Amino acid sequence: MVTTLDKVDVVTVGVGWTGGIIAAECAKEGLKVVGLERGRERGTEDFSIVHDEYRYAVRYELMQDLSKETVTFRNNRNQRALPMRQMGSFLLGEGLGGSGTHWNGQNWRFLPYDFQIKTMTEQKYGNKLSADYLLQDWGITYDELEPYFDRFEKTAGISGEDKNPFWGKRSSDYPTPPMKKTAILKKFETATSNLGYSPFMMPSANLSEPYENPDGQKINACQYCGFCERFGCEYGAKTSPEITVVPAARATGNYEIKFNANVVEIMKEGDKVTGVRYIDTVTFEEFIQPAEVVVLTSYILNNAKLLMVSQIGEQYDPNTGRGTLGKNYAYQILPGATGFFDEQMNTFMGAGALGMTVDDFNGDNFDHADLEFIHGASLSITQTGSRPILFNPLPPDTPSWGAEFKKASIENFTRTLNVGGQGASMPHKENYLSLDGTYKDIYGVPLLQLTYNFTDQDRALHSYLSEKAAGIMQEMGAKTVAGGNPISDYDIVPYQTTHNTGGTIMGADPANSVVNNYLQHWDMENLFVVGAGNFAHNGGYNPTGTVGALAYRCAEGIINYSKNGGSLV
Amino acid sequence: MAKEPKNYSRRDFLKTSGVAAGALIGGGIIGGLIGANANNTAAPGEAPATSEGGSAGGVRGLMFFKNDAEFQILAQATERIFPEDDLGPGAIGLGVPYFIDRQLAGAYGENSKEYMQGPFLEGETTQGYQSRLKRNEMFRQGLQIMQQEAQSRFKANFVDLEGGQMDEILTAFQEDEIQMSGVNALFFFRLLRMATLEGAYADPIYGGNQNMEGWKMKGFPGHQAAYINDIESEDFVEIEPHSLGMQN
Repeated sequence: MVTTLDKVDVVTVGVGWTGGIIAAECAKEGLKVVGLERGRERGTEDFSIVHDEYRYAVRYELMQDLSKETVTFRNNRNQRALPMRQMGSFLLGEGLGGSGTHWNGQNWRFLPYDFQIKTMTEQKYGNKLSADYLLQDWGITYDELEPYFDRFEKTAGISGEDKNPFWGKRSSDYPTPPMKKTAILKKFETATSNLGYSPFMMPSANLSEPYENPDGQKINACQYCGFCERFGCEYGAKTSPEITVVPAARATGNYEIKFNANVVEIMKEGDKVTGVRYIDTVTFEEFIQPAEVVVLTSYILNNAKLLMVSQIGEQYDPNTGRGTLGKNYAYQILPGATGFFDEQMNTFMGAGALGMTVDDFNGDNFDHADLEFIHGASLSITQTGSRPILFNPLPPDTPSWGAEFKKASIENFTRTLNVGGQGASMPHKENYLSLDGTYKDIYGVPLLQLTYNFTDQDRALHSYLSEKAAGIMQEMGAKTVAGGNPISDYDIVPYQTTHNTGGTIMGADPANSVVNNYLQHWDMENLFVVGAGNFAHNGGYNPTGTVGALAYRCAEGIINYSKNGGSLV
Repeated sequence: MAKEPKNYSRRDFLKTSGVAAGALIGGGIIGGLIGANANNTAAPGEAPATSEGGSAGGVRGLMFFKNDAEFQILAQATERIFPEDDLGPGAIGLGVPYFIDRQLAGAYGENSKEYMQGPFLEGETTQGYQSRLKRNEMFRQGLQIMQQEAQSRFKANFVDLEGGQMDEILTAFQEDEIQMSGVNALFFFRLLRMATLEGAYADPIYGGNQNMEGWKMKGFPGHQAAYINDIESEDFVEIEPHSLGMQN
């Protein structure tokens, strides 16, 4: 028994940043929008007892329930893929706001180099990486995307300062001034200046002052409580979809969100999509939501999975190189160094995006002629608020339990700092997404399969950048500096980062990309797919700022398409 | 700021755990109480003051474990991982065994949010948890094997061993030298270690971190509304911790 609902203009699958932005923009233009969210309604009022490390950070209160759905994983094609049974390497979000509710709020624009990485790398270095690395331009330039970056930052009220000599030109300054510069940040500022680098305050979605955005939504000032990532903000001071674009969309009267609605298929007829089929996660009833335009706005893994199970586009095949769907999955490389100090510091205070950064070793901001890798990493110190269960810093050669462990982890809790890199990740022909042939979710749909391992490029980048991070830590006056251990095989067990990218990449050519530069599907003109899955490689920053820009670009495309139809490029 | 050292001995633990001495006889622990452990436990001292003012008004009991002997093994193993010292209480004094017992009875122990569909196949370490066992089953098996190891290595109950002997067994788990069924010993050891830290440092509303002693040792202020007035301080700021469960 499937119930077919009334047709709407636009349906979005998922209501996080991308679904919220598209809903707000389209609803303001008079389009009727329905958002299907498989999780629950939630908002600031739900976060009054959020300062609970165990419930939120350790037991993943706000994350996806893996008993219903997960992914399978293997390091390479010779292995058998097995399910990720408990959350580890990355944390999948669920519920209104998606990961935008529990992000740290570090908000970046990818570098001009990122968008034209193939062209610019080849111009300067020739074929530095082998053909196994599927480097490609994004089909859009930084300058073309700049107005959308600007738009997202104004919606979000981002706090920052335009003092980085390496990033792209900005059409306007940050909407709000940078956050407070703490003693810990000053240590980093002094050290990196001494080394000749160019430190600047990290662009932050934890706002330095109260702000009203162009939609009339108000965001409060950050209180530096130290509970951002994995938590929601009880002050409404961390910009999130549920306090900005979602209420803006609802205010138009043209927007409805259906909760507990898990989409299992994109419906199609000929070369157009007709809507989506979803299951109510409470009653297991099935519905079809017909729509003029379907927009996939869930996490990158689910966006790719929905295209695969709906058989839209050609699955990438690493044997032949044919197919684009699932291609160019990338992750992030995390070089860094830990420093142990004599003096106690207020490490437990902070905010998710309270930090300072240097970009001297990011992108192509330094010469790679004699190096065995391209790109690099932003190197930052952040004061996000250390918490006692998950932060037990140990100098090298300290046992991991027992009397010595206890003393050292307590002693160093307030005496340890970390300089961390968000390292770029280049696509490789053996790293990709596909459908699993064995395991299914509770709705009977195959799980997404992830085939991924670190590459030689990754290992060279990690080692070089970890050395640079250790140099900064030394200059900061640490009595002991521990550099990041060399990376070997990717391991899905320990948490690393929720910056998964690729699989539904954008580009200028249907032969090597899934969507065009309006994030419109090459094969189905009324289907749009937007998110970090569009990234043709992963850059040296957190992805959300770039995802937000792409969502505004996509919204413009949908509005144009609704008026004129046809391909937008 | 010298702290009064508190002695949370094994004996105090038994005394305050609400288990009648008579019930212990069958568990084989009573021999330990009057035997070998008398010389490696601290002086009987006062019972931990913290047990009086626990989150449930001093009343607490077992929710998952039914066999007290198993629970006592858990207690001693967690104490070895996070021992009492001059900084303050160890796992037992912090109520960690009760915290873990509670967790094993609920969503954590039952793997409510984990993908538990088959087939269950052995994988690479990089592929993580592939056991069909739930966490509470792993704990029960692991504790029973600790007891078996104590018997085969030292011909004694685990709870009666010297600290160094307990460490030897725990290390064998950590180094994956012990055969477990349906899960490997290292995986279980990591689970046990992590659960111990969780019990030491989670908000006291969960039954561990008694009197916020874990936070006090570590210099973590727990739940504070805001640090906006201190965030720019050049000096370290000492702050009295708060629990989410406190009546302010």
